[in-house]
Amino acid sequence: MAEISSTLLYSAFIIYLFSTLFFAMSISDKKGKDAVHTKKWGKIGFISSCVGFAAQLGYFITRWMASGHAPVSNLFEFTTFFGMMMVLAFIILYIIYRTNGLGVFAMPIAVLVIAYASMFPRDISPLIPALQSDWLKIHVTTAALGEGILAISFVSGLIYLIRTVDQTVSSKKTLWLEIILYSLIAVVGFIFVSIGFKGVGYETTFEMMDDNNQAVKVVYDMPAIAGPSNGEQLDDSFGPLFRTPSWMNGVDASIKLNTFIWSLLAGAALYGLLRLILRKRIAAALQTKVKMKPDLLDEISYRAVAIGFPIFTLGALIFAMIWAQQAWSRFWGWDPKEVWALITFLFYAAFLHLRLSRGWHGEKSAWLCVLGFWIITFNLIAVNLVLVGLHSYA
Amino acid sequence: MMQTITCECGHSNPYGTSLCQACGKPLKQDVEILSSMRYEGSARRSQTYKQTLVDKIWNFFSSVKVGVWLIVIILVAAAIGTIFPQETFIPPNVDPATHYESEYGTLGLIYYLLGFHNLYGSWWFILLLGMLGLSIIIASLDRGIPLYKALKTQRVTRHDQFMKNQRLFSKSSDVELDEIKYTLESLRYKVREENGNLFAEKGRFSRWGAYVNHVGLIIFLTGAMLRFFPGMYVDDILWVREGEKASIPGTSSEEGQYYLENNDFILEMYDKEEKKFNSALSSVDGEVAKNYQSNVTLYKTKENHTIGAEPELEKVKSGEIRVNEPFKFDSFALYQTDFKLNEFYKMSFELEEKATGNKFGKLTVDLHDPKKEYDLGDGYKVKIEEYFPNFVLNDQNQPSTVNNLPDNPAFVFSMYSPKTPEGEKAFVGIQKNIDSGENQFKMTFAGIETKDLTALTVRKDHTLWIIALGGIIFMIGVTQGLYWNYRRIWIKQNAGEVWAAAHTNKNWYGLKKDVEFLSDKTNLTPLEEKETASK
Repeated sequence: MAEISSTLLYSAFIIYLFSTLFFAMSISDKKGKDAVHTKKWGKIGFISSCVGFAAQLGYFITRWMASGHAPVSNLFEFTTFFGMMMVLAFIILYIIYRTNGLGVFAMPIAVLVIAYASMFPRDISPLIPALQSDWLKIHVTTAALGEGILAISFVSGLIYLIRTVDQTVSSKKTLWLEIILYSLIAVVGFIFVSIGFKGVGYETTFEMMDDNNQAVKVVYDMPAIAGPSNGEQLDDSFGPLFRTPSWMNGVDASIKLNTFIWSLLAGAALYGLLRLILRKRIAAALQTKVKMKPDLLDEISYRAVAIGFPIFTLGALIFAMIWAQQAWSRFWGWDPKEVWALITFLFYAAFLHLRLSRGWHGEKSAWLCVLGFWIITFNLIAVNLVLVGLHSYA
Repeated sequence: MMQTITCECGHSNPYGTSLCQACGKPLKQDVEILSSMRYEGSARRSQTYKQTLVDKIWNFFSSVKVGVWLIVIILVAAAIGTIFPQETFIPPNVDPATHYESEYGTLGLIYYLLGFHNLYGSWWFILLLGMLGLSIIIASLDRGIPLYKALKTQRVTRHDQFMKNQRLFSKSSDVELDEIKYTLESLRYKVREENGNLFAEKGRFSRWGAYVNHVGLIIFLTGAMLRFFPGMYVDDILWVREGEKASIPGTSSEEGQYYLENNDFILEMYDKEEKKFNSALSSVDGEVAKNYQSNVTLYKTKENHTIGAEPELEKVKSGEIRVNEPFKFDSFALYQTDFKLNEFYKMSFELEEKATGNKFGKLTVDLHDPKKEYDLGDGYKVKIEEYFPNFVLNDQNQPSTVNNLPDNPAFVFSMYSPKTPEGEKAFVGIQKNIDSGENQFKMTFAGIETKDLTALTVRKDHTLWIIALGGIIFMIGVTQGLYWNYRRIWIKQNAGEVWAAAHTNKNWYGLKKDVEFLSDKTNLTPLEEKETASK
């Protein structure tokens, strides 16, 4: 069962890639046969994203059967599910608005999320007592669905910015837009370096003193740019260029910092390569391909927030509180994950007020959607990996 | 203040109204109709009275700008509070004043000095939440009530200027009014007719969503505040040893006091050999917990129990407490929170003559309740001169104890025998047995008994139902406001022409589809979109 499950996930991943390609075909500019061409490839793209979703749903169900619990219990499972909810959200919004351009961006970002997820340990793990509750599936799936829909508002907002930011002059806006695109590319960089160093079986070991002054071995699977805050390297591999600051004291902080630096470097290399090929800003290159009406993009990103916000609130705050009351005896405990869910809620609440009462439409609204997605990913990645708390079980 | 403005349509509007409640005619100069439509151009207190201090406070809190700023400030503060762990998450035996600096350096010290280590309980954070609550109440009253009146009073026939300035508008001739009416009804609009004019509306209730969810939030915040009232909330921790009974804190009332017996504490680990989880379990050091469980029995004293007297207990019920499965009685719940395995419970010693190795009796010390003296018969006895349950050498290099938990017990014994009637002293602890060197007798370790402890959180929370009610109302409000929208279409006969205008508070895409459908099915000229100022 576990093998079937992995195969299905892999298939879904490939189908999503194809779906991206089909959507890209549909907006590719070929004179003369526009409408028919667009319609045909858009339809193929949409069907393939539905097929991919079905495959991933199959992965989800078979993995559930194999493990005996809803597969949303560690970082790999949750992040994969988040990617799947992004696809579902895209499908819903595609049904409403029929915009192929959205697929060109939404599908690859979902692919990126799933690829990122599979860099974490993929073993089927048992549930610790705190997670043994029906609320695990209810809370986590609802929260992920809400976040998936909110992620589409980011996708749509991003396309809006690519479409409308003036690329003829260099400005703060063009800079920030490049930074956003660079961070997406850095995720690709992370995947490349992870697979690359795993492929050659790289390893270097340090011995460091932990908080209790016990000597522990720290094993890096990438060359150490940032070494542990203290201790010595035990082999002659590429030595650390600097030590991780000692205040970063999460679990394996130095390894995470090191991986982060490698991802940024690989991202920079990829970004540089793209700039060399395109000979202009990436957003400027994309701008020539994106023909969608800004009004429609604005509408979609707002609609995604309007649909996603109540679901997010229900899943990430209300169901979370019910479960916390049952498991930890209090519905709210200011645990970092809880606080960041509240921050996400407050952020989108502010967004809705700015939009409804102060008329923040169009570009301002699009920037906010981007910022909102940054908060969601921060909660997904940094809070689990960096901040210490009750949710850092991954 | 009861001054009113009478519109040319005959409707009398409250002072401060910018669009007539009935026909929508601008009542002031320079009214931008479309942007005024957000609150129907109604007379909002904050836009009308700006003189007195009360006005100014009201206007401050009714502003959405202020509300958004409050949200953003709370958001940023909350985020800063997660950079380093809050005071409640640092180890219990350290001093926060030094902990933050030693763990996180200068940044940690600044964090501590600014009070971010206890952010969420700090007066200024609570003040911000209070201000946000006030802002929610005032902003809702300021908008909600006039909006309600305006929507209730609106008439079918609208002023020309109102019609012309809508975002979607068209002029047609030769239109079958019945056909329009029929089409609109097929789109599930509620259609009213007046003098050959039509007014179709759909989803008016969605306009109340914002106010409903704000009511929910206020109820929620009120519930959260009620916790600070005595009797509403109990939060305590109860440690019970296996086989022992303990009174449950916070449960004393006129009907008696509850006691809990810990029959058994169970800790189960996952089997590393289990095939399903094999690869995950083999990659972690140590074991992964599967279950924390306390099997307990609940007792209650008889009604006229006097405090201090030996309680007469009546069994109430037995049960099992696991993580995620609290044990409930009355308005209380007990939660599996912590445990301690193998706590020292009883220690046994034998009195031994050093020279011969002869033993003269055995004594067992209850580490929680040691006796002063143990008589071993035949003139042999042992006295406990001093007892250190959790032994440590203090700053002055003197023996002392960290606390009352017998984690590292140590004793000063006096040993008496017929040969040594004056007594001999010895200091005995774990792997320690120190005397002056001239003693004839010594205490020999003869075994230890241990017990498991369970820690349960004792909780009573009478605010829960209020919080839950607030949450439910909020969800209803937010869904009604965001999943539906208020669409209106006006059709007006105007000197041989038929004017059509449409408005929605959100989802223009949906409204446009409706009016397209309408112009497809009838002779109505398709409504055209006007470029709006807000873009």
